[in-house]
Amino acid sequence: MRLITKAATVGFASLLALSVSATSFSSDAAAAWKPQKPVEFVIMAGKGGGADRLARFIQGIIKKHGFASLPFVPINKGGGSGAEALRYVRDKAGDPHVIMATLNSYYTTPLRNPGLGVDISKFTPIARMAEDTFQLWVSSDTKIMNVEQYVAAVKKAGMANWKMGGTGKGAEDSLVTAMLEKTYGFQVTYIPFKGGGTVAKQLIGKHINSTVNNPSEQMGFFQAGKSRPLATFTPNRLKVFPNVPTFRELGHDLVYFMQRSVVAPPGISKDAQAYYVGVFEKVYQSKEWQTYLTKKGLLPGWLTGDKLTSYFVKEREAHRKLLASMGEIK
Amino acid sequence: MDVLAALMDGFFIAFEPLNLGLVIFGCMAGLFIGAMPGLGSVNGVAILLPMTFLVPPTSAIIFLAALYYGAMYGGAISSIMLGIPGASTAVATTFDGRPMALKGMADKALVGAAAASFVGGTISIILFTAFAPPLADVALAFGPPEEFALMMLAFATFIGLGGDDIPKTFFSIFIGLVMSSVGLDIISGNPRLIFMDLPGFYHGINFLVLAIGIYGIGEMLWTVEQAKGDVIVTKVTVTVRGIIEALKDLRKTKKVMFMGSILGFFVGILPAAGATPGSLMAYGVARTMSKDPDSFGKGNIEGVVAPEAANNAASTGSMLPMLTLGIPGSPTTAILLGGMVIWGLEPGPMLFIEHKEFVWGLIASLYAANFFALAINIAFVPAFMMVLKMPFTILAPIIFILCIVGGFAPTQDMHDVWLMLVFGVMGYLMRKLDYPLAPMVLAIVLGPLAEASVRQSLMMSHGSFATFFERPISGTIMLIAIGLFAWPIFSTVRKRFRSGAYGAEG
Amino acid sequence: MRLAELVMAVAMAIFSLYLMWKSAELPIGWIEGSGPGGGAFPFWLAAGMLICCIWIIVRWAKRLSPPSRSTESYMNAMSIKAFLIGAGSLTVLIGGIHIVGVYVMVPLFLIFHMRYLGGHPWTVTAPVAVGMPVFTFFFFEIALHITLPKGYTEPAFYPLYEYFLG
Repeated sequence: MRLITKAATVGFASLLALSVSATSFSSDAAAAWKPQKPVEFVIMAGKGGGADRLARFIQGIIKKHGFASLPFVPINKGGGSGAEALRYVRDKAGDPHVIMATLNSYYTTPLRNPGLGVDISKFTPIARMAEDTFQLWVSSDTKIMNVEQYVAAVKKAGMANWKMGGTGKGAEDSLVTAMLEKTYGFQVTYIPFKGGGTVAKQLIGKHINSTVNNPSEQMGFFQAGKSRPLATFTPNRLKVFPNVPTFRELGHDLVYFMQRSVVAPPGISKDAQAYYVGVFEKVYQSKEWQTYLTKKGLLPGWLTGDKLTSYFVKEREAHRKLLASMGEIK
Repeated sequence: MDVLAALMDGFFIAFEPLNLGLVIFGCMAGLFIGAMPGLGSVNGVAILLPMTFLVPPTSAIIFLAALYYGAMYGGAISSIMLGIPGASTAVATTFDGRPMALKGMADKALVGAAAASFVGGTISIILFTAFAPPLADVALAFGPPEEFALMMLAFATFIGLGGDDIPKTFFSIFIGLVMSSVGLDIISGNPRLIFMDLPGFYHGINFLVLAIGIYGIGEMLWTVEQAKGDVIVTKVTVTVRGIIEALKDLRKTKKVMFMGSILGFFVGILPAAGATPGSLMAYGVARTMSKDPDSFGKGNIEGVVAPEAANNAASTGSMLPMLTLGIPGSPTTAILLGGMVIWGLEPGPMLFIEHKEFVWGLIASLYAANFFALAINIAFVPAFMMVLKMPFTILAPIIFILCIVGGFAPTQDMHDVWLMLVFGVMGYLMRKLDYPLAPMVLAIVLGPLAEASVRQSLMMSHGSFATFFERPISGTIMLIAIGLFAWPIFSTVRKRFRSGAYGAEG
Repeated sequence: MRLAELVMAVAMAIFSLYLMWKSAELPIGWIEGSGPGGGAFPFWLAAGMLICCIWIIVRWAKRLSPPSRSTESYMNAMSIKAFLIGAGSLTVLIGGIHIVGVYVMVPLFLIFHMRYLGGHPWTVTAPVAVGMPVFTFFFFEIALHITLPKGYTEPAFYPLYEYFLG
């Protein structure tokens, strides 16, 4: 029940219904299959990044509570924005000892590299563990207090003098930036850095003017009074930032999430799938996971089975449109 | 005096039986992981991170920090004994460490490396304890142009590492840089140089694959040939007196040790740089400072002491931006940072206020870890020497196997093992023709940092190179780098001019 | 040695050209306002490699570098044999790992090198050939959780995993 109240307080009503239905049928089917060797937990990103931290956190929860009989061993295959991981998992079709932690490059990388031959709708869905959120950030040394002043400042500075930092081109931060530019009719110079943590630091060091970091990446600086969130790209305000408005409140329907899910290779048995769903459901309901979500401004969003696949497909199409409008794909 | 009181509290935490036990265990484990070719501190910390969920956060970070330290000490061991750098931070140690071992002075090199690591670590922790908050601002002032300038400075120290054959040295740097660009172009987000469409190239060419290929496999093939089937037995004897003598001898190198420590610490606190450029620069500076620069690369103890002092100082230094700003100063601290987030601690300026016991417990345990790593390391010197006494026909296949397994472990991809064999064979063939290989290995480490920072800087300045000279910090570093680049060219030209054209090449 | 110097330089020059061609898949020119394109860095560095190769060839022609003056042979029969045994046994080792895994190939490799090349008695060879894989298993697989490739021998390890990791 606690799970449900939490989801409700965050106010994510549409997913609530899904999470209740998903939890009810996935709990007791796990007995039929269990791993015979350590499970490869492939991470679509390099060591030390956000996705990597989350995967290792999950691994830690599994280990601490003994949720799995054999260890889950994280392996980073971050090459080519996750292209390497996608190819690897595709080639492991039918192997039940491989699972993969995904992020949004799960959609964008196959779209941008059609030659990869990866169709994510064929992968076996396990569970969506959370959705990470985005906020617009500026340094707290500026006088910019809200989005209106921000837009005015960007327009006044002009494209050449307003530097927006983010992760690689075509990745989440650049998509969010493109959405902002289109909505407010300004242009910025977009500078790609290696990871969200570096981006956050560049903002505090005043090498760039604004960012669209995840709350978790700016949290430390925010608490020290060094950075300021202007608005959130979510439907409702975040619990940890009750005073920060959403773009929707400001009259623009700007919503973007980073999904944090787990998938398995295509064609693994139903029993193996049920086993993993069981393990991750326990992780999802653990106190550690729920605390982490609330503290870091992530939204809970448990989703499994076919519903998860159709969610992936829907998001992939949304990203196809986004990338096309940016001119990144045809 | 606040600092001292806090540090005392820290020591009480560090000397709790559980924490002290973890420090000792962490140092031991780190030493072995670091000494294994292929497994450095990054992999060690990443692999053992989830184990730390079983203990409280302060104990967990103490364990991992001790492991990090141990691995930095351990890295020198495989560099000296086998000539294979286990991690990029230990590359510079092979330049003189390996020749010393071949001359039968491995014990001196090992003791020197351990003592230098201790000095570097200690000086660095003292600086850390005293000046953490102001130094954090220095780290913040480093944007892409400053990072690029720093990379140029590191490259400038390469110049001395090549052989006499200038085109071959440059070739080696260029090919290393090209290999470093394989994989992904982070700026445009496009894959690049994916040879034969093999998915293994998406993750780029890992430094370790090249280093183990060239120094492990290539070097062994070379030695097999040189030995012509004979059994080499290195004559080594270790006595307690020998170790004490070796320690006494180190007094002569105190200037170099001190220089390496300070340099390593400052490079370490700069985000993105980490211990590798620090150790290289220390080696370069030691060589420049020396009265006898030609003895470097042939087994000069200063060539071991300088980079080892620097890489340990840098590993402590890189914890500074991690704790005060939440920015990793090195790949290993990136993982430690992940650990802190997982334990529910928020790295950043508030950490020093809200979690005093964590910060000071960690700092105090670094003092302890440093001491234990030194003691354990020296205690194991005789055991390491046993390895060198093994007949070559036993040692060689064991090293080959360690190379193969070590090459596989970081990425768990057989593609890298094959690539390593290719590099080994090519390295062997090129080495026979006097191609210097060290610049290639270093270029592959620094290449990605250099490329990303120069392109980010140019995007920020809209294509103007003036940005590197206009900004005070990057301008200063750039000028020093240019001076270093120009000096050897100037002096060679002068030497040649005096001794007649090309006379020096004889 | 003289011939080898030329062959290596020419081979590397061809390799540089290949790298330049491969880099040109991404823009290699200057993109207005944002600096060099994605392929520029490797392209111009590969061009640098090519220039170095030409320089090496010029020096070869003028007999300036030590190998280009050397009359010693690059590889004599002895070194060819040593090289082929070294590199060949490694190729077999790595290839075999794909099929029968580390734990079969490692002892075979050790026995080949120690018993047949080194001429060490079985009393020395056997403990190393057994000890090495045992150490590898406990250090990498049990302590560090790094699963090494096992090929077709994998099912044989399921009980061990169950026992030590379960």
